[in-house]
Amino acid sequence: MEPMKPNLEDQPSLQRGLQLYANYCLGCHSLRFQRYERTADDLGIPHEVAVDEVIFTGQKIGELMTAAMDPESAKAWFGAPPPDLTMVSRVRGPEWIYNYLKTFYVDESRPFGVNNKVFENVGMPHALIDLQGVQRDACPPGAADCRQLAVDAGSGLLTAEQYDQAVYDLANFLHYVGEPTRLARKRLGPYVLGFLVFLGIFTYLLNREFWKDVH
Amino acid sequence: MSTQSTVGEGPAPTAPNPVNRERRYFLIGATATVGGIGAVGAAIPFVQSWTPSAKARAAGAPVTLDIGKLRPGEMLGPIPAWRGKPVFVVRRSEAAVTHLEQANANLADPDSSNPEMQPDYARNAWRSRRPEIGVYLGLCTHLGCSPKFHGAVQPESFDANWQGGFFCPCHGSRFDLAGRVVKAVPAPDNLEVPPHRFASEHTVVIGEDEATA
Amino acid sequence: MEPSPQAKRAVPRLWGELVDWVDNRFPATETWNYHLAKYYAPKNHNFWYLMGWLAMVILANQLITGIWLTMSYVPSGEGAFASVEYIMRDVEFGWLLRYLHSTGASAFFAIVYLHMFRGLMYGSYRKPRELLWLIGMAIYLVLMAEGFFGYLLPWGNMSYWGAQVIVSLFGAIPYIGPGLMEWIRGDFLMSEITLNRFFALHVIALPLVLVALVFVHLVALHHVGSTAPDGADIKKHKDATGKPLDGIPFWPYTVTHDVHATVVFLFLFCAVVFFAPEMGGYFLEKPNFEMANPLKTPEHIAPVWYYTPFYAMLRAATYPLFGVPAKFWGLVVMVGAIAIPALLPWLDRSPVASIRSKGLASKWMLGVFVASFLILGYLGITPPSPLATAISQICTVLYFAYFVLMPWYTRVERTKPPPDRVTMR
Repeated sequence: MEPMKPNLEDQPSLQRGLQLYANYCLGCHSLRFQRYERTADDLGIPHEVAVDEVIFTGQKIGELMTAAMDPESAKAWFGAPPPDLTMVSRVRGPEWIYNYLKTFYVDESRPFGVNNKVFENVGMPHALIDLQGVQRDACPPGAADCRQLAVDAGSGLLTAEQYDQAVYDLANFLHYVGEPTRLARKRLGPYVLGFLVFLGIFTYLLNREFWKDVH
Repeated sequence: MSTQSTVGEGPAPTAPNPVNRERRYFLIGATATVGGIGAVGAAIPFVQSWTPSAKARAAGAPVTLDIGKLRPGEMLGPIPAWRGKPVFVVRRSEAAVTHLEQANANLADPDSSNPEMQPDYARNAWRSRRPEIGVYLGLCTHLGCSPKFHGAVQPESFDANWQGGFFCPCHGSRFDLAGRVVKAVPAPDNLEVPPHRFASEHTVVIGEDEATA
Repeated sequence: MEPSPQAKRAVPRLWGELVDWVDNRFPATETWNYHLAKYYAPKNHNFWYLMGWLAMVILANQLITGIWLTMSYVPSGEGAFASVEYIMRDVEFGWLLRYLHSTGASAFFAIVYLHMFRGLMYGSYRKPRELLWLIGMAIYLVLMAEGFFGYLLPWGNMSYWGAQVIVSLFGAIPYIGPGLMEWIRGDFLMSEITLNRFFALHVIALPLVLVALVFVHLVALHHVGSTAPDGADIKKHKDATGKPLDGIPFWPYTVTHDVHATVVFLFLFCAVVFFAPEMGGYFLEKPNFEMANPLKTPEHIAPVWYYTPFYAMLRAATYPLFGVPAKFWGLVVMVGAIAIPALLPWLDRSPVASIRSKGLASKWMLGVFVASFLILGYLGITPPSPLATAISQICTVLYFAYFVLMPWYTRVERTKPPPDRVTMR
């Protein structure tokens, strides 16, 4: 798998990721444990901007990011309802998401005309095909464990670099949604540990002082 | 002072060297102080976790109401409108508005002097933005029962000279049509006015003072 | 204004009167002296003797964070998984409460294993501490059950299938097995009904038992006193007032030790809580971030690390014997491995208590025992393979050999006499 290192400090990337998610994913894949409001606040997006550009369902900003599609018809179309993706990065890792979104390729034998290199026989169409363009398997026939893919020139809206960035932003965003408190946790940690070191100096001196008596 | 003594109950098992009692007391005090600060810090997450969660705050988000069908002398509510609490919306007749504007010696606080009970824009005789529309929190300021609406001007069992208003069945507190408390009842304050604004002629938004989005 | 001399004396006098008043009605001073002020421990207590105290610190952490988590947790099939994410996202500092609790579970077992190892090393189970040891074993069993029931509560996919596997173990018992499984689950498969009873056991029943057992453990300890790492008896040599010459009172000496150890421990604990609460998938397993799905088993099921030595032994049983299927023998091996340390007081025939005085055989056997336990722990995490199974079988034999051969090797080996007075080192 291609390496992908998420960066939660990169707010512009997370904002672009949210925008892409809202436009291309949220129609089917809910984030049903996460609230719009928290996402907007954590990503530095003003509420009115979030209401206009992220919430397409008429929900209030305080509500959970549920998908617009109703699960019954989703099941009829796809065979199974599209899974909720709130925790996908904690189950599979952001690197997997990044690679998954990059390795759709044309496979006419599949119901949606595409297959995937990291998720074999995936039951989902290539949602970002407009952006990436038509990608084909470029492996020599019979090659084992081959990941060579080639995009038809000019078939997508984005260049290869732009598409990589877009997919990175999406994976980065999903990494954030998996554990939105991660930054707060890592920021609070040093203070707690620093305090314990400070307290430890006193308990050490206290212990040493009394144990002078013991020989 | 004995060189054998230590701070604490037990004697030193073997202590030929002199004990610096001041240093010991200082270290005990300093450790206890720093540890105490730590204990307070450790308590913060536990205390904070009891504050309304994002879910509670979302459920208490502003509510938009259509009052187009509300007729003079009627009340809409109680509806769970502001942070889920019961809210009364009343439309007052012209006569009722005139009555509210007259000086009334029976009221405990006719001028709404407690700033906690209403936003500044509701510090007037009607305790509302518009004279004919009143928005009140339907919880008695005595012990939190929800008062009943008695809108008509007619003799009531609790007041032969009733001019319309709210009556709390729990402990008999009475309020006029502007939610102002009558003298000599248990309730100490006027009914609370929640933040509200008019989005249009017939639409009231309860829960916010100004448009935010 | 300076207080008058009378006023200065008034406060201690009032305090004294209050203490007298209470003491006439409740043994306050007596209890204080017996358990703290005049409780003597060997003055050469080392690192290993800190674990009992640290276990109580972590027990307190589990109780307090557990109570707080219960305030927001919903024990239902529909609501459990969502309520955990509600705690992680919507409740202020909920993420911290949850990580303190989940990391605390692992820390609890780590501390308890070190505590038990201390017992093996220094012979803490020997006369007159047999009951103390048995109460400790009971605590360990309750703790395992507590951890098992608690692990189902997040209602993740690993919770679900992990519990499914362990409950299925009971199905291996001849005749009553299948009925017993249904009775434990209260259903024909793991369901909300199971979740509800596990919840009740995890948050009320077992914590009550655990706290009661810890209390009894302490009462027993303070009755018989602590061992010394070198096997010396501090009650042998006393001064004119009857105080042990080789002992130190709990306050201030044990307290200052324990307080400092607590801070060091909390530093390590918080480092995990804030920077690695998942511990690479060993404290919080990845499939558990997916909601329980009765139709889809995770690709690789492994219990949390603190159960894996026993899980490896369970899997090591692959031969049917005496016409009984291997599945049943796996259960027997696992239960036996968990229970056999309870027999230690009667298996150890050595004239001496501490490993420092025991002979080479005891030292080697203890080392082999620890090594096999760690190897089994590792193998229990990894997916099964023929080689892993073979190694597990060898390690299972070595694990039991430590206990089964103990009456023999502790008797025949050459031992050193324990020191008359404690040795400071």
